[in-house]
Amino acid sequence: MSNHSSTTKRKTFAVRVLRKDSPESESYWERHDVEYEPDMNIISVLQKIASKGESSSGKKIAPVAWDCNCLEEVCGACTMVVNGKTRQACSSLIDRLLEESPSEIVLSPMSKFPVVRDLVVDRKRIFHNLKKVKAWVPVDTYSDMGPGPKQSRQQQEEAYPLSECMSCGCCLEACPQYLKIEVTRKNGETDEAFEQRQKEAYDKGFIGANTISQVVLFNNNPTGQMNAKERTDAIMQEGGIQICGNAQNCVAVCPKEIPLTTSIAKAGRAATIRGLQRIFDK
Amino acid sequence: MSKQRVMVVGGGLAGLAATMKLAELGVNVDLMSLTPVKRSHSVCAQGGINSCNDQTRLLGDTEWKHLDDTVYGGDFLQHQPPAKEMAYWGPKVIDLMDRLGVTFNRTEEGFMDRRRFGGTLYKRTAFAGATTGQQLLYALDEQVRRWEAAGKVTKYEHWDFLAPILDDQGVCKGVVAQDLVSMEIRSFPADAVIVATGGCGLIFGRSTMSMACTGSAASRCYQAGAKYGNAEFIQVHPTAVPGADKLRLMSESARGEGGRVWVPRKPQDPRSPHEIPAEERYYFLEERYPTYGNLVPRDIATREIFDICVNEGLSVEANKPCVYLDLTHISRAELDRKLGGILAIYEKFQGVDPREQPMKIFPAVHYSMGGLWANYEKSEDGGMVAGSPINQQTSLPGLYAIGECDYHYHGANRLGANSLLSCIFTGLFCAPGVANLLESQEKVAAEYPGQLFDGARSDHQSRQDELLKRPAGKENAYQLHQELGEVMTKAATVVRRNDQLSDAIDKVDELHKRSQHCSLSDTGQWTNQNVTFTKSLLDMFPLAKTLLKGAFQRDECRGAHYKPDFAMPGLEGKTSADRIKEAELWCDRFEENTKKWLKSSVATWNEAKSEADIEYEDVDTSLVPPRPRLYGLVGAEEIEQVWSQRAAAKQEAVPGKANLST
Ligand SMILES: Cc1cc2nc3c(=O)[nH]c(=O)nc-3n(C[C@H](O)[C@H](O)[C@H](O)COP(=O)(O)OP(=O)(O)OC[C@H]3O[C@@H](n4cnc5c(N)ncnc54)[C@H](O)[C@@H]3O)c2cc1C
Ligand code: SF4
Ligand code: SF4
Ligand code: FES
Repeated sequence: MSNHSSTTKRKTFAVRVLRKDSPESESYWERHDVEYEPDMNIISVLQKIASKGESSSGKKIAPVAWDCNCLEEVCGACTMVVNGKTRQACSSLIDRLLEESPSEIVLSPMSKFPVVRDLVVDRKRIFHNLKKVKAWVPVDTYSDMGPGPKQSRQQQEEAYPLSECMSCGCCLEACPQYLKIEVTRKNGETDEAFEQRQKEAYDKGFIGANTISQVVLFNNNPTGQMNAKERTDAIMQEGGIQICGNAQNCVAVCPKEIPLTTSIAKAGRAATIRGLQRIFDK
Repeated sequence: MSKQRVMVVGGGLAGLAATMKLAELGVNVDLMSLTPVKRSHSVCAQGGINSCNDQTRLLGDTEWKHLDDTVYGGDFLQHQPPAKEMAYWGPKVIDLMDRLGVTFNRTEEGFMDRRRFGGTLYKRTAFAGATTGQQLLYALDEQVRRWEAAGKVTKYEHWDFLAPILDDQGVCKGVVAQDLVSMEIRSFPADAVIVATGGCGLIFGRSTMSMACTGSAASRCYQAGAKYGNAEFIQVHPTAVPGADKLRLMSESARGEGGRVWVPRKPQDPRSPHEIPAEERYYFLEERYPTYGNLVPRDIATREIFDICVNEGLSVEANKPCVYLDLTHISRAELDRKLGGILAIYEKFQGVDPREQPMKIFPAVHYSMGGLWANYEKSEDGGMVAGSPINQQTSLPGLYAIGECDYHYHGANRLGANSLLSCIFTGLFCAPGVANLLESQEKVAAEYPGQLFDGARSDHQSRQDELLKRPAGKENAYQLHQELGEVMTKAATVVRRNDQLSDAIDKVDELHKRSQHCSLSDTGQWTNQNVTFTKSLLDMFPLAKTLLKGAFQRDECRGAHYKPDFAMPGLEGKTSADRIKEAELWCDRFEENTKKWLKSSVATWNEAKSEADIEYEDVDTSLVPPRPRLYGLVGAEEIEQVWSQRAAAKQEAVPGKANLST
């Protein structure tokens, strides 16, 4: 592959990183010249920058902070904005990026989450929302009760893609309705009080396409179905599915190609029915 | 139990399974992990999870046969009671995961589909696409979130476990850990601590494992006095895709679904693989192992691929060792349905479609069979006593080890798809024992004198301060890690020789000394990843040294540990009678070796000497008597014959048994 591109001949390439030393400090750009090698990805670039310890102007710098774990695009940790597109650093191959943009590679943290440092962001809100919609199968016990209900191949084939969501946040970064929520700790505030305030703030914001899709996953599970109402109610509260403007940005960027808009449509129908039901229940 | 708490360190399959089971039993749990638990290494597992099942039963399979395959595959180096318990729990574990909503693949009729993995003749492996580990982990993660919402579980994600806290009796009463964001170091009192921190592949630099698999947590327990078992047994997976940052696994399921391994008969044949006709292809696994074919156990596949490239010079490429793993004879639709996920990984990272072109693969470090030594209480039926607080306990009372970081289940070599099972099983099985331990305690850890916890905290704080104060410009941790990886990969992977091992021992010792002078390029107090990495590097050395010493001392071949100088060659005799005679000698030698080496290495870290003190522990083989592993050996038939005669004679000799068998 790489043999076809002109990039193999280059010796170095430029990488510009948007850095931030701590949540309180200002962001700043830093430029690095990185030696080209075949088969590089953004992870190996950041590793090189870390072991070199200086920027292109020769200034001694602390390594750029970033998250990663699996290096095969299944854990979701390394998500960041690469050349303007939110994606996983580990599966962003340098040869491809240089084909897209030969002059430089630009890295910045996701903008919809508070920056912890450099490219590391705080995505707790994603997990908070999964809790809010009860994204689990509420079994009675973990003791041996035999197998679960039989399922058709078709059911499995519908559920499986939804269950691949790795909570990376690409869909949220792309969504015009999902806005950043950053709560800063007050002087002398206890952990508990701070967390409580954070949760309340999260509950006001949009829950996002990924969470809606998880609701569909569990509401279609033969056992999960039994509490479908509770989950549907949860996405009808403040910040719920009604906020979605159907811009479809989310589905276009999901690295796992999860059919998010199909999920949103299904959940939307369920919410409408549930709305009517609630009127009659009164 | 209201004031008592259990600290679970590690939120992969094992840690999550233990957490949810403890919560169900009413225990309050703190769950700590380097990464958010949903991003743990277990998500990488692709192929599947084993158990005897209704389909295999029809063909004569039983849990006992699963036990037999497990211990035979592991070259008999695991205690059999835990292995038995695990095999018998297999069906229950998979049923539970099914109930928790794991999207296992289905048959036409809606039953769970199964595939065949290496080292068995049965289709025992349940799978969810090609992301089984991810699906299993998510199901457990969801359950733990449910308990978190209910207030039974408190998570500490982005925390680094630094050490267990031991009281003056040596009983574990908590942990010291560091917040990776604020860098705060803190003590957590706990009435029991369960370590579930996974493997240690990063000791080899690059491997198929994730970046958190440094082994640092296990090493910290080891340095605090916990014993470490079978360190020398590291599984090298036969099929990985070499990359600059990671060696990405190509799951065994690719062969399970019919993938064929071959090289051109003509060395480095320049033709494209499609142009090479069948008779000019060397399907070396199929030719050498007609019964198992491409699904020989991992250690054997690995050695054969290594041998074809390194010794026979038949690598597909001249300057990069690799062989073909070919799926192109299988229909696209079938490949997409069964292997979509892993094929997408290959395509994504190599830019080549494996449905069109054979993949190029080579072995890579993959799994640590060894780990923290753990105990068990044997039951009358030869399994483990359910609910015993002894099960999975390390040599430090109150400290437990489960999942990949214990040494228990896989002996000298792990069978494919048995690890996900051992992780979930150990998590579920140890929880009632830990709950019982809590029941029996008189005093709550949190009410111990404060100085126990303050002392441990300030100890680690001063170590950290010292590290930050080191003068700049000395040794670079990233550089040292790379060097360590090179030494370990060369000396202690597929083929081991004593001269190379002793050389590596010296080199690693030197690197260890140099690492004491590591200085940091970041001396800040906020999200300082440099500090975290340097600490984990420092803790890789005790494990690396223990591994090398164990390998050096073990003068035999067993499972993944292969020393050609001590291999037992096949038979050479021309006539059957000659071969039978040879087989007798072969079996004598095998029995002698069993007597000498069917023992686990159990290491204690000696800080003063900065090396491991190794003892050897007998293995409980009371259920399945050890027998030679003869996959593909010349003369296997005759050896088998002699061996079964001897086995039968032994059976007769057992008093009382002889009558029964007539
Ligand atoms: C690519 C790949 C594919 C595989 N495929 C299969 C398969 O198909 N079938 C099979 O049976 N097995 C497979 N395995 C093996 C199996 O995936 C692992 O053995 C298993 O997932 C380990 O689970 P675990 O719970 O022990 O630990 P892990 O999942 O590794 O989790 C470890 C946890 O400990 C935490 N941790 C580590 N160190 C610290 C520390 N210092 N402080 C705090 N927390 C810490 C981590 O954050 C993480 O949460 C595969 C392995 C690999 C590498
Ligand atoms: S469809 Fe809805 S969730 Fe998706 S990007 Fe648009 S507004 Fe956001
Ligand atoms: S739905 Fe897709 S983009 Fe959104 S979090 Fe899940 S995997 Fe990421
Ligand atoms: S490191 Fe896991 S997705 Fe990139």
